[in-house]
Order: sequence, then C-alpha cells, then structure tokens
Amino acid sequence: MRYAETGFDLEIDLSRGSIDRVETDPELSRLHLGGQGTAAKILWDRVPPEVDPLDPENLLIFSTGLLQSTPVPGANRTAVDTFSPQTGFYSHSLFGGFFGPELKYAGYDKIIFRGKASDLVYLWINNDKVEIRDASHLRGKGAQETALILKEEVGEPNAQVAAIGIAGENRVYMASIEHANSSASRGVGVIMGDKRIKAIIVRGTKDVNVAQPKELAEISIPMYRKMYDNKDCGDSMAHGEGDAFHVDNFAWGNARTRRSEFFSKEMENDWLSLEDKLRQRWTGCHNCPKDCHQAIKYPGRMPYFQKCYSKLTYAMGAFGDLDFDYNIIGITQEYGMDAYSTPQTIAFAIELYEAGILTDKDLPDFPGPDGETVEGYKVNEARFFYLVERIARREGIGDVLANGIYAAARQIGNGAEAYDHNTIKKFEQVPIKLGYVNFPYFLMYATGEKMNITQIEGSFPQAPIADKAERAEFVKNWDAAPERFKKWFMEWEPRQNPSLEASVHICDWNETMHYVDDAIGTCAFLSSFRGQFGGRPPYHIYNLPAFITHATGIEFDTDGLWEVARRNRNLIRALNVRRGLSRVDEKPPANHWKKREPETEQKLLDMYYEFKGWNNDGIPTKETLDKLGLEYVSNDFIQRGILPECEGDQS
Amino acid sequence: MSNGLKKRIVKEIKVDLDKCIGCRACEMACSGFHAVPKFSSTNPARSRIRVIIEDRKDVYVPVRAGDYAQAECNCRNSYVINGKEYSECSFCTVSCSTRDLFKDPDSGLPLKCDMCADDPTLPEPMCVQVCCCDALTYVEREEEGENEVGPRGEIEVGLESLVNRFGIDKVVDLVSQLSKTK
Repeated sequence: MRYAETGFDLEIDLSRGSIDRVETDPELSRLHLGGQGTAAKILWDRVPPEVDPLDPENLLIFSTGLLQSTPVPGANRTAVDTFSPQTGFYSHSLFGGFFGPELKYAGYDKIIFRGKASDLVYLWINNDKVEIRDASHLRGKGAQETALILKEEVGEPNAQVAAIGIAGENRVYMASIEHANSSASRGVGVIMGDKRIKAIIVRGTKDVNVAQPKELAEISIPMYRKMYDNKDCGDSMAHGEGDAFHVDNFAWGNARTRRSEFFSKEMENDWLSLEDKLRQRWTGCHNCPKDCHQAIKYPGRMPYFQKCYSKLTYAMGAFGDLDFDYNIIGITQEYGMDAYSTPQTIAFAIELYEAGILTDKDLPDFPGPDGETVEGYKVNEARFFYLVERIARREGIGDVLANGIYAAARQIGNGAEAYDHNTIKKFEQVPIKLGYVNFPYFLMYATGEKMNITQIEGSFPQAPIADKAERAEFVKNWDAAPERFKKWFMEWEPRQNPSLEASVHICDWNETMHYVDDAIGTCAFLSSFRGQFGGRPPYHIYNLPAFITHATGIEFDTDGLWEVARRNRNLIRALNVRRGLSRVDEKPPANHWKKREPETEQKLLDMYYEFKGWNNDGIPTKETLDKLGLEYVSNDFIQRGILPECEGDQS
Repeated sequence: MSNGLKKRIVKEIKVDLDKCIGCRACEMACSGFHAVPKFSSTNPARSRIRVIIEDRKDVYVPVRAGDYAQAECNCRNSYVINGKEYSECSFCTVSCSTRDLFKDPDSGLPLKCDMCADDPTLPEPMCVQVCCCDALTYVEREEEGENEVGPRGEIEVGLESLVNRFGIDKVVDLVSQLSKTK
C-alpha cells in the first residue's frame, strides 16, 4: 500500500482524447518526495529542450504535495509545472485552497496534460470516472463564474474547480489559474489556455492512508494550536502589521519611485476602514488554522478573494489608491491575470506613452492627459482599466503587452528596451529599488529559478537585531536554524552585509526550504517564507522529517531531507541549463540597488556556484549530479556537449 | 427525587457561523479519528461533520450528522439571517435520502456524530479541538429532564422494524398466534 500518496497519476492526452490512470514508481517519492520534485523528473524525462513551450509536446502538470490530505495541518499547496513561453525556461507556481486535497481523495497524485485539444474543453474527474468535455459554452466566462457553472452542471456542489479566465483563453503570458481563494501564475495559465483547457473540476471521496497513524496524529494535532497562536506565521501583514512595509519600501509606477513620506496614520486608518467595509470574512485554505485570505465584496464586482500583496500592486503601479485596487482586482481575477506581472506591464506601457514611444495610434482613445479625472478615476487608474481590457483580449497594443515586458519592449523598439528595467530572466520582478547591494539578496535574485524573490527568500531574517542581548535571546530560541546561522546572526551588525561565506549559505538555506515545501505541499507562510520575520516558522528542517516519515513510512532525517531538496534543486537547474540558462542570465536588474559592488558580486557568484557544486557557468558538474543519483542528467549533458566528456576541466 | 426529574449532562457543540474560516480541519480530524486504526486514513466524505460552503455567497455552515431519516421533508423553509439566505438543508443534521451528505461513500450507510465517544473520554470532540477560531465550541451543561429511557434492546428494535414493514396489526396477530402455539 502507498502511504500519504495514491500511487497513481492521471495522464490526459488532449490531442488524442485519451485518459490513462498510471501507477507511479514509489522509488521516486524517496528520491524527490512529490509535488514540484516529481514533476521536475517528469519534465526532464519527457520534455526535451527542442520542444517549444507552445508545442503540443509541452506538458502541464498539476501536482499534489506529498503531505496533502494527511492529518498534517497546512499542507494544501498544489504545484503547477510546465515550460513558459515568456522566459523559455521552467515555469512553476503554487496555489492553496482545496484543489489538490480533492484530487488526492479522487485517487490521483498528479494530472499530466499533454497535447492540445482542438477547441475549449474541461476535465471532469469524479473519482474513477474521468471525462474530457466540451467547454464551448464557457468561452469568455470569468474564472469563478466558470466554477459556479460547472458545479451546477455536474450537480456536485462539493467539487473543486481550477479554471482560467479570458486571459488564459487568449494565451496572455501573465494569465493565472484561479481556484477558490487562490491562484497560480508565472507562466502556467497561458499553457492551460494554449492546451485549450478551460477548467478542471474534481470530486473525490476515497481514503488517503498514512503509514504511522498514532505517531503522526500525536505531532499533527497540536500543530493547529501552535500555528494559530504563532503571530509570525500566516499573513501577518494582513493581521496587524499593516501596509506600511509595502507602501514605504516598494516602488510605485513602473518600479520607479519610492514614496517614503506618503503613508500617514490617517491614510492607514482610512484604508483599514475601507477593508472592513469590503471584507465579508477572513478565510483559510484546506486544513490550516490561519486565515490569510479576505473574502471581498466590491460593489458591482463578482465576490472574490484577496491575499497577500495584491491589494497594493495595482494601486502602486497606477499611483492610485486602495479603493482602486480592490475595484480592479474584481475584474482581473475573473479574467485570470497575475496581480504581480499585470500591473507592472501596464505601468510600463503608460511610461512608454508618456515618453512618446507609444502614441495615440497605438492607444486610441487612451484616457488622459495627466492631471484630469476620467469618469471619477484618476487618469492612470482609467488607463489601467483600459489596458487590462486590451491585454486580456490581446487587442491592438494589448497583443504585444500580453507577451510580458521583456518581449514587448523588443517588439515595440524605438528605445522601449530602456523601460524594461525590472525583469530577470525575462520575467517581471517585485518592484523594489533599494540603496546598497545586499549580498544574500544579490545571490537569491541572480540564481533563483522560481522567478520571484518571494519564492526563494524566507528563512534567514531580512534584518539584523541591533541590541546584542535581544540578538542573543533570538538566537537562543531559534529552533529552525542550523547552528552555523546562529553564529552568523550573532556577528551581524546593522547596516552591514553578512560575510560572503554567510551570504552563500543564507541563499542556500532559504531556497532549500522552498524546495522542501514545494515538494510536500506545506505552505510557505508556515515554513520557508516565514522564518525571515520573527524566526519562528511552525515547520522547519528539524521537525519536518518526522511528519514526512510518519505519513509516508519512508525514513527521513534532516540530512536526508536536505539532500532531496538539493536533488530537486539541481534537477530544476538542469531543466533550465538544457534550455540555455547560463551565468549571463544570472543578474538582478542593474538599478535594483543604487550602490553596487560589481567585483564582490562576481566573487559571490563564483563562491555560490562552487558551494553548489556547479561550474563557473552555473552548470552542475558531473560529480555533483552523480552524487545525487542524477547520472541520467550528467550523461545527457555530456552527450549534448553541455559538460565536457572528461572530468577535470569543470571549475 | 420528588418531581420525578433527574439531572443529566447535555453535551453540545455550539456553532458560530461568523467565526468559521472554511478550512475544513474539523472534517479532517473527524474522519481521521473515526478511521480504524485511528488516524490511519482521512477522507472528508466519511466525516460526521461537514462544512457546507458556498464561497461566493459567503455561506460557511459546519453541520454535524444526526439521525437517519427514511424520507425527505415534504416542505422546506429558507431563512434570511443578516441578509444572507440559508436553505433549511444548510443547517439540517439529518442523514436523508435527498442528499449524499452523511453517508459512507463505500457502503452508503448513514453516518452519525458520536461526539467522539472513546475510552478514556476525550476532553472535547476532535472537531472542536482543531477549530482554533472557535467556530465550534464544546459545552457541557446540566439539565433537568425526565428519567432517561434505557437503551433499547434487540427485540424492541427488531419488532419495530417488523412493524414498519408489515404494519402493527399483522405483527400483533402473529404474536398472539405464536403465543397460543408455543
């Protein structure tokens, strides 16, 4: 019997219309856990670099995390993995809610889509009964509207739905996949649309078994209360910390302007009372006591769920206010658009217009000029509404902007490239522009392959503690941290960088925890993302092995878990290396920090590559790969000439 | 006791709909606790508590499984509470023939909440233990009531089902016939 997982994947070939239930190799769980890890293995085996992301041979994989549907609280994140047409690289996103758990109760660990349907379809999974159905009646429907229609259509109110809106249908690169209170982004919605999958609806009523029930329950049941009482996990910014962190520190417009004097106590109170008015309820994800999602009812919009920083991304992109943001998310979530990339792309277009690079010919009837109001909105806000419509439909200039800032800048030309100043590896980054280069962050930005800093950072604190006694107290209770980090934290003084060696390890630890979470399904807000503020994540590298061992029956200790994370990390790097990723791609935006240290930065990168067992170009060496049991990768690299035939000339 | 009434303990789970965050931890804990062996599996479809969720209408209603009913109600009410409309079914604890709620997904047999009866007794039922937001709270109170009727015996249950099936007259006739021959 398989524990914690079902042992079966659902293989859907949309070109042929075939559906297969395929038993999986249990050894892969030991090597890669599940979620992103096993998805990476499938992508390596089945999608060679010759396959363009928009080819039918590209795969779109929905993966449950290994601990989903077990008694372990907060393990509810579903991974979506594919290759992105925007970056040409591996594309990965996670979403919470209830979809993955329901899929596992239906009897599947993954859904693997290949091929393309000839027209819009939806997939209906009802335990053993799986059907590909016509979805032409859902064309143009909003993502949540689609969910409501489908639950009615199949007569199953308890089913869970993941759907795309019109942005995905139109193959917009910043399209998201929407589900209940959560969404997946960063390049996965466009592939769902390209394969012509409007939605997946799933209902499951089977058991999921665990190996050591008594031991697992003993450590799982107390976690609910521990998490609930822990103010340093979940969305602490939504609950008490307020918006000042984002408003003061992040850049407005096209990632240009810091407005550190902008936010006042009065404004904060206004914002809080607006939220209280719009919010129907705080809600949580499956089997998690933290209530990170606001159910919002904005007048005239479909009720929607807002989480994390999205309540500010449109406002800050448009130099607008909070009300505008809550208003426009009501549209963009139905269209299925990523709340990080979309506002930045629009702010970029507005800058091009103001610079005369885009003209009234490109933007007919574009609201303006600056300083006026248009139908009660500030000009920029009105422009956001205008551009959202065009991007989601790929109309006019929207067809260009829908390819993301990097590609759009090059298609538009005429100097537009200079306005693409906040992308890494062709992907829009969080709009942060700071003073002095931060060594660990330099490494995370440069070498991350989850394309957004929030998916990489999080275990080591963002800032040092000035008071030495407080610092010692913090370190004394820092259960989540390996010993070496305690020493480095004790040595870390304000306005200094950690040492180069420490920076290398910080980047490694931070991303390792994400690679663990993304394979087992635990939410980053309970684990990998949440150590950096307060240092008390409920899950960490020392307590997670017991949860995994008791749930699966596969023995893991801390070193073993770290090794799986390293294996998955190297496999994902290998996917991208095979698609051309190299050292030249690994750089944060030039203006991310005002003051840089180019030589030290390159030294850091050298040290990091060496620490990771990668060569000077960021390519894992044969020795590194073979030690992790990835001989099939090193053989492929040698055959392709990515690695030399004989060892020795690697560093 | 002069009035013929005696005190008994009433166990109650209070449900505060405004506090529910819709996480369904109660379903996980319930189905885990009732698995054999305990927590060897989870399956919300086997849970004796279910959160009825209509997320776009802000409906979050945890409902516990009560007794089984053979037939559906011939009329139903809908209630408006604080501007939100609820069907009577949303609150109903009955395992009935008109919905698949509270039926074991394999056998189809009705499920019923037993307040996690266990030896030793749990401090609180599992669903309450994992509901940190206090949408579910456990209350024990003393109530005066008529003397409790003891548990029904096999014969009584058996006879009643015969009555249900063949009618009281037939059963009475048969019993009197039998009493003559035996």
